[in-house]
Amino acid sequence: MTEVFMFSSIEPMVPEIFMAIAGLALLVLGAFNGDKAANQIGWLTALAITVTIALLLQTSAQPQIVLNGLFVMDQFAGVMKLLILLGLLVSVILSIRYIADEKMARFEYPLLMLFAGLGMMIMVSAHDLLSLYMGLELQSLALYVLASIRRDNAKSSEAGLKYFVLGAISSGMLLFGASLVYGYTGSTNFLMIGDAVAQHKEIGVLVGMVFLLAGLAFKVSAAPFHMWTPDVYEGAPTSVTAFFAMVPKVAAIALLIRLLFSAFPGAIIQWQEIVWALSAMSMAVGAFAALRQENIKRLLAYSSIGNMGFALVGLAAGSGEGVTAVLVYLVIYMIMTAGTFGIVLSMRRNGQELEKISDLSGLSRTCPTSAYALAILMFSMSGIPPLAGFFSKFMVFQAAVAEGFYGLAVFGVLCSVVAAYYYIRIIKVMFFDEPVAMYDKGTPFARKMIVGLSVMFIMVFVFNPSPLVDIRRDAVTVFFPHG
Amino acid sequence: MLMSHLLSLQIFLPLLGVLGIIALPKMSDCSARWVALGASLLTFAASVVMMCGYNGSNPAYQFVEKGAWFPSLDIGYHLGVDGISVYFVLLSTFLTPICIISCWHAIEKRVKEFLVAFLILETFMVGTFCALDAILFYVFFEGVLIPMFIIIGVWGGARRVYASFKFFLYTLLGSVLMLVALMTLYFQTGTTDIPEMAAANIPFNMQIWLWLAFFASFAVKMPMWPVHTWLPDAHVEAPTAGSVILAGVLLKMGGYGFLRFSLPILPDASVYFADMVFVLSIIAIVYTALVALVQEDMKKLIAYSSVSHMGFVTLGIFTGTQQGVDGAMFQMLSHGIISAALFLCVGVVYDRLHTREIARYGGLVKNMPKYATVFMILMLGSVGLPGTSGFVGEFLTLMGSFQVNTYVAVFATTGVVFGAAYMLVLYRKVIFGEQKNADAAAMPDLTKAEFGYLVPLCLMVILFGVVPGLVMKDISPSVKKLLDRYHLPTEMPQDVAGVSVTQGVRHD
Repeated sequence: MTEVFMFSSIEPMVPEIFMAIAGLALLVLGAFNGDKAANQIGWLTALAITVTIALLLQTSAQPQIVLNGLFVMDQFAGVMKLLILLGLLVSVILSIRYIADEKMARFEYPLLMLFAGLGMMIMVSAHDLLSLYMGLELQSLALYVLASIRRDNAKSSEAGLKYFVLGAISSGMLLFGASLVYGYTGSTNFLMIGDAVAQHKEIGVLVGMVFLLAGLAFKVSAAPFHMWTPDVYEGAPTSVTAFFAMVPKVAAIALLIRLLFSAFPGAIIQWQEIVWALSAMSMAVGAFAALRQENIKRLLAYSSIGNMGFALVGLAAGSGEGVTAVLVYLVIYMIMTAGTFGIVLSMRRNGQELEKISDLSGLSRTCPTSAYALAILMFSMSGIPPLAGFFSKFMVFQAAVAEGFYGLAVFGVLCSVVAAYYYIRIIKVMFFDEPVAMYDKGTPFARKMIVGLSVMFIMVFVFNPSPLVDIRRDAVTVFFPHG
Repeated sequence: MLMSHLLSLQIFLPLLGVLGIIALPKMSDCSARWVALGASLLTFAASVVMMCGYNGSNPAYQFVEKGAWFPSLDIGYHLGVDGISVYFVLLSTFLTPICIISCWHAIEKRVKEFLVAFLILETFMVGTFCALDAILFYVFFEGVLIPMFIIIGVWGGARRVYASFKFFLYTLLGSVLMLVALMTLYFQTGTTDIPEMAAANIPFNMQIWLWLAFFASFAVKMPMWPVHTWLPDAHVEAPTAGSVILAGVLLKMGGYGFLRFSLPILPDASVYFADMVFVLSIIAIVYTALVALVQEDMKKLIAYSSVSHMGFVTLGIFTGTQQGVDGAMFQMLSHGIISAALFLCVGVVYDRLHTREIARYGGLVKNMPKYATVFMILMLGSVGLPGTSGFVGEFLTLMGSFQVNTYVAVFATTGVVFGAAYMLVLYRKVIFGEQKNADAAAMPDLTKAEFGYLVPLCLMVILFGVVPGLVMKDISPSVKKLLDRYHLPTEMPQDVAGVSVTQGVRHD
């Protein structure tokens, strides 16, 4: 109790602390200036995120556990946080113009994203069931509000409400699981739980773990906990959907990895089966349910369910290679999603937003650049080489095959063929169908940049794929110290 | 420097053309055509240089390039050609400029996109045949789908959407199974290098599954009966140049895959499944020939004839005899030239009359004598008349299969007869007979450009028919090396394969 406060004890948390203070300061600024300052606050938020990234890069990557074991900072957390912050930055930049066009420019909007991001940072660094829950709820509450930010729109409100109710149920399951785990192991700390589980696996702990996994599967939107995804994706404003598709999943998967490998390495046989099932179901739902969708946001929702299924294949493998593959998968998925939503956000005609796939008709004639970019993104999503999407799928399936999960790998690649159908259907609509009418001009420069960078990345990844993989592999050594 | 990277040069030269076309958006369609033609001709020149430097008596891989590409996954950038692949590279680079010339006036909309797709396609084709790393091979092999999907879907005929989807999904379904097999092979052998994989011994139970996975991919690509149904659709709907490349090169990827993966890496399973392949091949040869007989669409007829001819290829490959595999190789090359040229011939009349219906034509010999001559040579080549390249391939294949199984040879030979039937019927209906339609009767004869690209093809058909040794001297040593590792069925003594017609030919 007499411990003197030392800066070193909070040093690993500097990025989070800065983010929290910046968010509060901007909130005050917004409260004084009102919604007319939304644009400036958007850019200031982007600036704050950039500074956070700089601070994060300064933080030492040596594993440190602070706050009595609540908070961990290591290379894995660093890499995931960087990814989350970059995704957040892209989401904020994609949103600024969109919310102005949609007349929903409220100063809270970018700040909610910032706080959601803060929650995710805490999730990634969580080393205790309590900090896990705190991060998760900070994130979730911000996301619920974001989903329903267009409050005079029935669909948006419905999306927010649905998300909130189902999210609350999943949080309940998570808490129930956490209390069971605490009850049987006597600790909420991941390492202590790990030790207790390694000594003797009691059924109560396993039941608790299943509930924890179910709660997290909801956040990842893995089937069978995916029901909310299509509705929320469709109802939320498109810029929010883009954010949902990119960032929270990364955080949730990172949390899942941390939880499973720090707290439950002793129960790997058990959770592998669960992850296996989640993965197979998600791939199947993602592939088959998307086939008949007419709304591009719903389609992308199912696509993201399928993609999470593919990512979980690597986790099911339970090996270092598998986790590396999951991380590479997430990076590439995030980049592809950023590019795709960048184009979807620009689908506007006469000031109205368009969401139907048929609205893309003949895009290759009216706006060839977007059409080619989206075509490349779609080929990449369906996993056709030599685009980056192929390599991410390749790595997760390779990890699964290495551990002898042949059935899952074959099932997965077959699902990817089914999924290829709806991706190439989008290409068909853009290239083979007759054009309807031009979209509105005036895509903002920042959005073009994001789409351009994303397409560039997935095209040139084939020439030098190693650096990304190596960074991810180093990050994973945290969980696999012996190789 | 240039010589040591000759294969990379051939792979990436077309991409330079692509960059040229994309980087200059103001360029007119006509100059884009010239850029594409220039890039593809340069690539062809590089191939000719490669052919001159190729040492036919050496069965090992030549022009080898080996470098790191994806070290964290042990995937290397390993290129090289041997007798099995070198002619496919040449065929790809040879047909691409011809295709670009052939569609000079036929493709009028979205010209630049077409050329870009075509050059990318060339990159992937050449890469497929050069790659000696399994994953690199897969990247090129599957990458072909992207430009081909676009080519069929954008510039195709009325049912192009259906055809392009069918093509894409069929081929993808086969390929992904192969991908899982490649990963499994990696963990069985610890490498993705094809020559090293071939040196490893894989347990028989594993071989069976891997073989089936490879078969799923290559049989669709080939295409073998009963998974051939995408081919007639794709051929009919694709623009002429697309059909040419599809028939000329893409179908050969299946046969090449069997020779590069199934036989050397999974020899026991290949022996085990040989009878099944024989049965499927015979069905393909006889059944699709009969189907071809009743077609009313010229392209569809040639498409079915391709399936039938590819039946000979699979038959030859899985006999595991020197003649059989030599014959299969020769058949693929010969079919690559003949069917490509036949599709070009269909393209010639299609450009004039915009129909492929056989009944709309007739008596073309009167107004198009040059065309009739060219078509005749190609038709006879397709029939397999002695003196044309078609004969050598079919004859050797039948020789090879006769040694393994007489019944197989007998049934396969009937396919030759049916082959003669449908091609002669096609020729009679289109070239001879009454001039029923005034517009068909008024069609002008071949233009200089058309004459220019069809005559070399015809000459090659005759040249290879008369002097097959020209090609065989390069192919046979590599085939022999391949078969040395391949276990023949026990009742077939190894040295029977050594006594062969090809050896006689090789020495002239």
